[in-house]
Amino acid sequence: MASITIRGVKKNYAKTQVVHGVDLDFASGEFVVILGPSGCGKSTLLRMIAGLEEISDGTIAIDGTVVNKLEPRERGCAMVFQNYALYPHMSVAQNIGYSLKVSGVPSAERNQRIQAVARTLELEHLLDRKPMALSGGQRQRVAMGRAMIREPKVFLFDEPLSNLDAKLRVQMRSEIRKLHRRLNATSVFVTHDQVEAMTLADRLVVMNGGRVEQVGTPGEIYTRPASRFVATFVGAPAMNILEGTVELDGLSLLGGSRRLAMARAGLPVGTKVAMGIRPEAVRLVAPGTPGALDASVDLVEELGAGRVIYVDLDGAPFSVMTSEAMHPEPGSTVGLKISPDDMHFFSSETGTRLDVFKTSVPEPAL
Amino acid sequence: MEKRVTFSRSTIGILFAVPQLLLIFTFFYWPAGQAVYWSLTLQQPWGGGNIWVGLDNFRSILSNADYWNSITASLIFAAISTGLAMVIALVLAALTDRQLAGSWLYRVVLIWPYGIAAPALALAFRFILAPEAGFMAVVNRVWPGFWDPGLDGADAMASIIVAFSWKYVGYNFIFFLAAFQAIPRSLMEAAAMDGSGVLRRFWDIQFPLITPTIFFLLVINITESFQDSFGIVDIMTSGGPANATNLMVYKIYSDGFKGLDYSGAAAQSIILMVLIVALTIVQFRFIERRVHYR
Repeated sequence: MASITIRGVKKNYAKTQVVHGVDLDFASGEFVVILGPSGCGKSTLLRMIAGLEEISDGTIAIDGTVVNKLEPRERGCAMVFQNYALYPHMSVAQNIGYSLKVSGVPSAERNQRIQAVARTLELEHLLDRKPMALSGGQRQRVAMGRAMIREPKVFLFDEPLSNLDAKLRVQMRSEIRKLHRRLNATSVFVTHDQVEAMTLADRLVVMNGGRVEQVGTPGEIYTRPASRFVATFVGAPAMNILEGTVELDGLSLLGGSRRLAMARAGLPVGTKVAMGIRPEAVRLVAPGTPGALDASVDLVEELGAGRVIYVDLDGAPFSVMTSEAMHPEPGSTVGLKISPDDMHFFSSETGTRLDVFKTSVPEPAL
Repeated sequence: MEKRVTFSRSTIGILFAVPQLLLIFTFFYWPAGQAVYWSLTLQQPWGGGNIWVGLDNFRSILSNADYWNSITASLIFAAISTGLAMVIALVLAALTDRQLAGSWLYRVVLIWPYGIAAPALALAFRFILAPEAGFMAVVNRVWPGFWDPGLDGADAMASIIVAFSWKYVGYNFIFFLAAFQAIPRSLMEAAAMDGSGVLRRFWDIQFPLITPTIFFLLVINITESFQDSFGIVDIMTSGGPANATNLMVYKIYSDGFKGLDYSGAAAQSIILMVLIVALTIVQFRFIERRVHYR
């Protein structure tokens, strides 16, 4: 168990900088997920913690010890790789026990520990097999076992579930979560899959373009995204964004073609904003309902428990998620009811969240 | 419409194979068959028929001490030159794979020697290793009489081994480097995370994973050391001194074309062929078991 402190960490490859100064603190025993699109620097950051990439600038400390100059083996981290990276010429038992063999643990104790890990991961009957003869899920488990047996201070996961099929992924996800609850080692998990991120994380770090966009619990990130990027990246289907301008008694949207009447937006009049609204926060109403936006239906996706309805709002794509028993036909017109409480506002220029004084805060003098 | 190329009759397939079969027959089976036939006859050097002698040629060769001496020399040459060429190439490839400073330089430079014809490189080494004027002359000045491949059989053997290995280091290097680079980087990283140092990783991970390449190169190097050594021996030592470097392949040439003993040379070719086949079988039988194919 160990805390990780990251201060001003940067990574340059030749002339391109891929991580631009990251500051993060991971508490001991915490399960942190780093989420971001591919190329955002999340894997690089993880590999810098592991010691597989040199740290160009800044410091990384594990349990208060700066590890910048330490070899991977001296850092007390174990890592699960995306492609599992099992040694193809070794049996499952040898794969799991390799780190113990390297550190000179006597073979009797080694076997005992291999057995213990195999029992936890239900791999006992596969110990003599070569990785080639295993299924994807079994390989994944062996990779976990190899990390577990060292009883590391820190577990690092580099998109370990992305090569599995959907069903196995869900299963492994809950197994990883259970395992963490039992071992309680600090875990850093990198993924581009937001469902994985939301379900696993105690705390979520959203990265984009080599910078940290937001750090928070999955709930915080969903309900109060700090930027337009986070808002559209987290949540499926993605949050709808409509460009608009704040007016005295509402919001002018899409270059003025649509208006939403609101008591007050809580922002200075004339502010150019990107208004975000989650598809699941939009209510479908009959067309022509006062205060609602009318739109024509493009496409309906049936999800079983609900439907995603893609509508066309003067050329802007917009989606609505509904579980109500409404089946609008493509081509028909629906009304979209949006409550001001569900709106998120982001600066049109910078994309950062604009805080809205929703209640009880006096409106600034105009 | 079917887009694949399909053949309605098998004859078309056979027709496609014919040119290749013809080449193999003309340049391999037919000469080999001729050699077998010659080895069983006594051939007149200036034409004019031959006499069937059965296995007499083989009996006379195998009862000749010179020939056994040649076999011993060939085996020593094969073992040492293959060992040298493979170990040096393996070390260089491992260093290049680790992206040490200057690795791009080796990568280019080390491939060149294989492109040089054996006689050309033999000539170069003849100058380099000349006892009176070359690089070894400096050594001779310090220890007079230390090096003279013209008089000392061991020195002559060392010379041709050095020249041959030098050429095959380049060849082996390409294959070793390709094999190293085919190992997923994440395997090495996983081993590093498991606490394994550079040398340990080499022995535990890289070495077992390149065993197919090692095995392949072993077969090729041994085979080539019996065959490709001709140009080097011819230019550097002509089999001397006192037959110390008269390798089997060179003895075939000198007995056949200088001694005009065509039948004896043909029999020697057959023995060389059988020896190479036997060595290859042994390698497949006993060494391949230790190979990990992925």
